Formats: sequence, structure tokens, C-alpha cells
Amino acid sequence: MQPLEPLTILIAEDSAADRLLLSSILRRQGHEVLTAANGVEAVEVFGQQHPHLVLMDAMMPVMDGFEAARQIKAMAGETLVPIIFLTSLSENEALARCLEVGGDDFLAKPYNQVILAAKIKAMDRLRRLQDTVLQQRDQIARHHDYLLNEQRVAKAVFDKVAHSGCLNGAPNIRYLQSPYALFNGDLLLAAFTPAGDMHVLLGDFTGHGLPAAVGAMPLAEVFYGMTAKGYGLAETLREMNAKLKRILPVDMFCCATLLCLSFQRRSVEVWNGGMPDGYLHRIASGERTPLPARHLPLGVLSPESFDERTDMYPMALGDRVFLLSDGVIDTCDANDQLFGVQRLQQVFATNRHPDALFEEIEQALRHFGGETRDDVSMVEVSLLESAQISPPALVYSDSGQSCPLDWSVSFEFRAATLKRFNPLPYLLQLLLEVHGLRAQSGALYSVLAELYSNALEHGVLGLDSGLKRDASGFARYYQERNTRLDELREGYVRLSLQVTPTDDGGCLTIHVEDSGKGFDVERVMARPLEDIRLSGRGVSLIRQLGRNARWTDDGRSARVEFIWEALA
Amino acid sequence: MSVITEVSEDGQRLTISIRGRFDFAKHQEFRKSYEDRELSAVVVDLKDATYLDSSALGMLLLLRDHAGGDDSDVRVVNSSTDVRKILAISNFDKLFDIS
Repeated sequence: MQPLEPLTILIAEDSAADRLLLSSILRRQGHEVLTAANGVEAVEVFGQQHPHLVLMDAMMPVMDGFEAARQIKAMAGETLVPIIFLTSLSENEALARCLEVGGDDFLAKPYNQVILAAKIKAMDRLRRLQDTVLQQRDQIARHHDYLLNEQRVAKAVFDKVAHSGCLNGAPNIRYLQSPYALFNGDLLLAAFTPAGDMHVLLGDFTGHGLPAAVGAMPLAEVFYGMTAKGYGLAETLREMNAKLKRILPVDMFCCATLLCLSFQRRSVEVWNGGMPDGYLHRIASGERTPLPARHLPLGVLSPESFDERTDMYPMALGDRVFLLSDGVIDTCDANDQLFGVQRLQQVFATNRHPDALFEEIEQALRHFGGETRDDVSMVEVSLLESAQISPPALVYSDSGQSCPLDWSVSFEFRAATLKRFNPLPYLLQLLLEVHGLRAQSGALYSVLAELYSNALEHGVLGLDSGLKRDASGFARYYQERNTRLDELREGYVRLSLQVTPTDDGGCLTIHVEDSGKGFDVERVMARPLEDIRLSGRGVSLIRQLGRNARWTDDGRSARVEFIWEALA
Repeated sequence: MSVITEVSEDGQRLTISIRGRFDFAKHQEFRKSYEDRELSAVVVDLKDATYLDSSALGMLLLLRDHAGGDDSDVRVVNSSTDVRKILAISNFDKLFDIS
């Protein structure tokens, strides 16, 4: 045990003899002594000299010990200044009063040296304990302030990165996130592709606090960078997984669901790695199709064994996709019971107005009595007419002085390449070097994508678009597409681009040929342009967005033009 | 002790049993249970584990890495329905032999 350090002790006692006696005892024990002859003096001396401990006579003239004790305790504030009452009182009530006014102990007259020394020691222990507690409390408070400030700064930086997408601008997204969900590892991103599709990511990093948030930055950058360049989910997922695998420690990873919502094709492509089931809510039938996790989270597998296969679902106008983080279903009540998927589905079952779903889930969580968690994230995206969705114009940083205006290029993509490689982002970047084409980059990308997928899927792979006429056929179509692609041995897609200057601008001709069997051009061209079906949307889209679209060689060869006027 | 280890007689197999909630609080204990050992086969027994969170999944990944990564032999046994559900959502059955 710590040896007793000399203390400064105030003796408040009206009897001069007692004062003298106590003083000499305390000095012999090594303490420094201050004295006062009544309550008023005691309060004064205390205010000036701040003694560590007070011995207080209860009965004194001018101001008694009770009142002096009250005032001294008030002045001492949080610091513990033990007050030991000196008293010849023996009624229980009076002794109790000593403690009620703030006294810590009492010592009966006549004084016993041994007891006095022991009591001072005990009080000193208490005093030090209180001191330590206060110091630690202040230190914790300082650290806490520091941490909060760090989080504020990090959040401000991150909000700029994460919300550079269309999360807050698009009319078809609703989301709900605890303000500091990021620091529990939750991440929500959304952005448009050049073709006007929407990519959405809801992710959940392992762990809590800053470590969980740091991985979010590189993930967001890959997501926005690759989405803007026109890469599909598969390529974006590969890159995100490889990057997280490279930079994160082994025990950190990111559960994530990635969506590609296509307004033109009326479909949603889904990849779920380790997140709770999402739901595709079909408004017409009220049915909710679960979108279960089929993959390991991002950042676990090496690039060689990563599986980027996605599922495709058709959607109708107004249909919604709902995603949530595990903070919702893992909310615990007082007995450690989880909210769970079943309670969530009960909320679904009683939901009448789709727009009220978030509020109803929140209400159910509150009613469940769960502790509110800081990692509750929900997002819902709905399929609107593509005309209602307006992707923001792209911003370019170059001056346009080096714009290429007279050139052509052609490619032949053969079987081994067609299996894995998506040439569209590269082609689009090349074409957007031509400034005149930038204003129509969305239409350009859509047409390129349709021409390429027609050539690949209906041409080289020989898939029948008629399969896609209903929901189950739709899923079968994409399974079949993957199978045939895996087994592909021969075939090609040729693509040539020609840019020529004209008197008042320029013209791009896109020419795509494939090694397939072709199709009945006359029959397909006879369909009305506005025909809305799950199948065969590609051709009408190309005719509406491009100029002079025509098919020759029994449909094996397609040509379409884009023109622009000279920029002022 | 909420993390109990046992080595088979031939010294080839390490069994780690978890009792109670398997979460970040067990991080140290779980790590200590295997880090000084050469591991050929590991069994993680979750018979008495009531809950498993994502940091526990991270800990399992660390163990797998220590035991040889893709060449490791790590089995997770006796998991309750709830625990299995969590392992299934994360698709950890693709990395571990779970029963």
C-alpha cells in the first residue's frame, strides 16, 4: 500500500485547547495544519488554502459546523474533500445529521490518536480514488471528443466521395441510413451507367469504427469509376474483390449486394455476396421474390476463384427492389432475441402502401423493443419509365483541341475473347474523344450495347429472344446464355467504326457483323416501334436512338449512324 | 474459459470449442488457441456457441489463413440452426467444411 503522504488538514474548532491538542497530534503524524475558530473562518481558510481534509467541530459560534460543511462541500465541487466531524454529541439524530450535510465520518471526543490516524488514512484513500476516477473520466471525455471530431472530418470527406453518385438526385431511389452507419461499416452507393442503367451497391464491412470505414473509400472509387466508364457488374465486381483482397487484412471483408437496374430492358441484374436476402417486389401480384446471397463476401476469395455470376430478373413498371443490412434483422431485444427474417416478412405481409414500408419496419423495430442500432440501412429502387430518369450529363476535363475527326477502326472479337471480355467500355471511351458525340453518349452507348449483345446472343450464341417472353423464360434465357458462352469454341463479332467530317459537323457509322445464322429482317422490322415486350426490345431501341439503322445479309450485318453539328 | 482447445492423441488435430457468444470479445482468446501451433487439421466445435457475428467470421478466416489458406483442413462442426443460417448467408460453406 502507498505510504501516506503529508496532507494539509484544516481544524475547525472553537475550543483553543482542543485546537492545540489536535494540531500537535496531526503535526506529529507529519501533516501540515491550518486552523479556524468558527464556521465562517473555516469557510474562508478553505477558500484560500484548499486543504485536503477538514476536521470540523459540530457546535461552534457564528456559524456551526453543519453549515460550514455544506458550504465547503459546495465549494469543493467534484473534488472529494473529506470532512470528519468532531463531536461530543451522542444522539443518533445529531450524528446522522453530520453525514446528511455532507460529512464523511465522525470522531467522538475525547480524541483517540490511533483512531484519528486510521480515519485520516481511510479518508485519504477515498480522496485519491475519487481523484483517479475524475482524471480518468476527463481523459475518456477528451478521447471521446477527439474521436467524434475525427469521425466528423472523415464523414465529411467520405460523404463527398460516396454521394457523388445519384443517391440523392434520382426520383426512383429511397433510402434510410443511420447518420453514422458508415462507422459501423455500412455503405450505400448509386450511379448511372453511360447507357442510363443504374448501379446500386449496399455493402457492410466487418467490424466497427474507423477500420470498418476505411475500406469504403477504395470500394466507392472503383464503383463510380467503372460504372461511369460503362463496365458491367461482372467486371466491376472482379475489380472490387481484387482490390479489397489486396488491401484488407485477412479477417476483414465486405458483404455486398450489387444491382444493375435497366430501365430500357426492364430488368434487374443481382449479385449478392453475404448480405441478407433482398426482395424484388412485384406490384401487380404483390409477390416478393427473395434475392438470396449466392456468393462469399467481397475481399475473401483470390481473383482466380472469385465468382462474379449474376442473376437476372424481369421487372414491370413500378416494381421495386428492396435491400437491407443485417442491422435490421439482427436487432436484439432485452432477452437477446433477434428481430429476424420472419418478423420482417410479417411487416411485408401487413404493408398496404409500398411507400410506407420503411416507416413500418422502423416502427416494428421500435415495437420489438430492440436497442436502436447504428447500422440499420435500407434502400429501395423502383423501375420507372426510362424517360422519367435523367442521368446527369458527363463532365469532361479536356479542351477539345485534339479531337479526332477523320478515322476508322475495326475489330474482330473471336470465341475465346467473347467468353470473358467486354469491349464496350473501351469503344465508348474511344468514341467520346470525338466531342460532337459526347452530347449523345447515352444513346450511343445503348445502341452499341444492343448491337453487340444482339450479335453475341442471337448471332454467335444462337439464342432465341422469344424465350424471354415470360419471367421464367427470362431466367432460363440468361442461364442458357452463360452455358453456351462457356462452351463456345468458334464464332466472331466484327465491329467497325468510321468517323468522317461533314460540312457542318460529322458522322459516325457503326457496323456490326456476326458469324450467326441471321434472322428474318422483314418480320422484325414490321413490328411497331413502341411494342413493349420483354423480348426483342433491342432492335426497336436501335431504330429509335440511331439514324438510318438497317440490317443486311439476312440480319447478320447491322449498320447505324450518328451525326452531329459542328460545335460553336 | 469460453474458448477450449484440445489436441488429439497423435498430435495431428486441434479442436477449438467455443462457448457462448462468438464475437469480437473472443478475439484474443481464439487467436491464442492456435497461433503457436503447427496445424495440420483443425476442428472448430460450435456446440455451445449461441451466436456468431461478422467479426467471428473474420476470425475463422484468420484461422483458415494460419492453417494454410486454400490448402487448409478446417472443419466447423455442431453448429446450431441460427449459427448455420449466418454461415449460410455468408456462403462460408464454400470455404469451410461445415456440419
